[in-house]
Amino acid sequence: MESSTAVPVKELKKQRRSEVWRQIKRNRLIYLMILPGIIYFLIYKYLPMYGLIISFLDYKPYRGIMGSEWVGLEHFQRLFTSSEFWMIFKNTLVLFGLQIFVYFPIPIIISLMLNEVRHSLFKRGVQTLIYIPHFMSWVVIVSISYVMLTLDGGIVNELLDYFGIGKINFLLNEDWFRPMYILQVIWREAGWGTIIFLAAITAVDPQLYEAARMDGANRFRQMWHITIPAIRNVIIVLLILKIGDVLELGFEHVYLLLNSSNRDVAEIFDTYVYVAGLQQGQFSYSTAVGFFKGIVGLIMVVFANWLAKKFNEEGIY
Amino acid sequence: MAKKKQRISMGSKLFDVINYILLALLGLITILPFIHVVGSSFATSAEVANTKFLLFPTEFSVNAYKYIFSTDTIFRALVVSVIVTLGGTLWSMLFSTLTAYGLSRTDLVGRRVINFMIVFTLLFNGGMIPTFLVVQQTGLLDSLWALIIPVTINAFNMIILRSFFMNLPPGLEESAKIDGANDFGILFRIVIPISLPAIATISLFYAVTYWNTYMHAILYLSDADKWPVQVLLRQIVVLASGINYDGQDFTDVPPPEVTVKMATIVVSTLPILLVYPFLQKYFAKGALLGSVKG
Repeated sequence: MESSTAVPVKELKKQRRSEVWRQIKRNRLIYLMILPGIIYFLIYKYLPMYGLIISFLDYKPYRGIMGSEWVGLEHFQRLFTSSEFWMIFKNTLVLFGLQIFVYFPIPIIISLMLNEVRHSLFKRGVQTLIYIPHFMSWVVIVSISYVMLTLDGGIVNELLDYFGIGKINFLLNEDWFRPMYILQVIWREAGWGTIIFLAAITAVDPQLYEAARMDGANRFRQMWHITIPAIRNVIIVLLILKIGDVLELGFEHVYLLLNSSNRDVAEIFDTYVYVAGLQQGQFSYSTAVGFFKGIVGLIMVVFANWLAKKFNEEGIY
Repeated sequence: MAKKKQRISMGSKLFDVINYILLALLGLITILPFIHVVGSSFATSAEVANTKFLLFPTEFSVNAYKYIFSTDTIFRALVVSVIVTLGGTLWSMLFSTLTAYGLSRTDLVGRRVINFMIVFTLLFNGGMIPTFLVVQQTGLLDSLWALIIPVTINAFNMIILRSFFMNLPPGLEESAKIDGANDFGILFRIVIPISLPAIATISLFYAVTYWNTYMHAILYLSDADKWPVQVLLRQIVVLASGINYDGQDFTDVPPPEVTVKMATIVVSTLPILLVYPFLQKYFAKGALLGSVKG
């Protein structure tokens, strides 16, 4: 009896396998299409992941990965016991907090405001203006800030002086680094960030607003009870992605703002990796720093996703 | 009852007025710094020195522009940026489109694994130093290819394109197949022509990224002759007090630096701003961006 059922199962498996094979063969041109893409990801994304191994080595470029000496967790130990670790950790955390608590709500608020505008010409005009900074490089954003904030005839300091407040050295003063950082982030990205929320809002059924008006709900209540629930899922997905970017605070941006007088508040993991690795040639140590950062980011995004699912939201995967 | 209704509409009107004012202010504040920069770049040195709050110059002058183009330093950097932007965008679009179309085919065996492999690179990567070593070992250091090949496909852009292809009506491909077209024929003769809005948008995203490239240039290029304009802008505005960072001398008597800095900012921004209005209509189709989910 056993053998009589086993044979058809085997046959079935064989048949299915040849069917899969036929499907692969039929799509051979498709595989050819995605081949360059896969090769790209393997070489420039996955090979560097293999390269993380050097954080456990005393890597010397002329010896290569195979020839370098294994030192275990030495570099990680050095990182965690370094006097600078907590400074960098704190700076990274503060900028992350500013991104989540100060920047993140702003595009949502602007979207809600834009959604209330009924003149489409006015709406499009505002949108056009606030999208523009997104297309500027960080170099341009920082350069414009620089020429406006410099003590040496910068427009902002001239105005402060004119109103008798006195000039402020924004560029070199430690206390002004964080406000400057987050204001630049808002300036560049808040407008562009509205696109995705506005897209989600357009999916709302207008009859809902109609019904709410009948019930006497004012504009704020309509926003609160109709618009915001409609975009809640998008908000959560973007928040998760933002948290996943926890440590991607923009190497370029911070590096451009960093100088010797604000280093105590401006040095973050990325800039530290750059200086230690490429300027001082400590490849293994700086890779260990980057590795630590990457792992924390991965854990954060998995955690945020788990949290979202726990609260019955969709999550990102 | 009637009273109540009126009060709501009054409140509603007040809401509208405040909302419009706030949004207009927001748009204005966003754009004022750019106007200040453009205005100052066309002002005379005397006016910049004497005017506290300059937006539009009373006396028009192109001296700053004459000055920055009096040697070929900036011109060369602009040429590099144009080459990298055009070449890079074509390169990236070719491979992104091929990959996106291939992965949009639901009958592809192994599709899920490959998708996961690509999405995972958004969550975790090897970081700066290991990537640098790979770029070095693939022989790209000090070549303009270093600004292009390591960023061939942006996973986000690829995913947006893929979702767009997946939402195309399936009947199109079937009928083309019956007519004997192969997969490449279907992609280039049918799918791409009807996907132009998506192709244009993603091309713009790539072009902006390439035009704005700075980090990769300072990481991978040590030869100053190959620097794109962003690196030079940084040198001129923030780091250097003089424009002759690489030993080149400007023969003219230098005008005040402010107008030169402003003019440099303008020329390193203008090309992207010129493209923006042409592609802006596609952003309205924001739904395209609503599909970032993997």
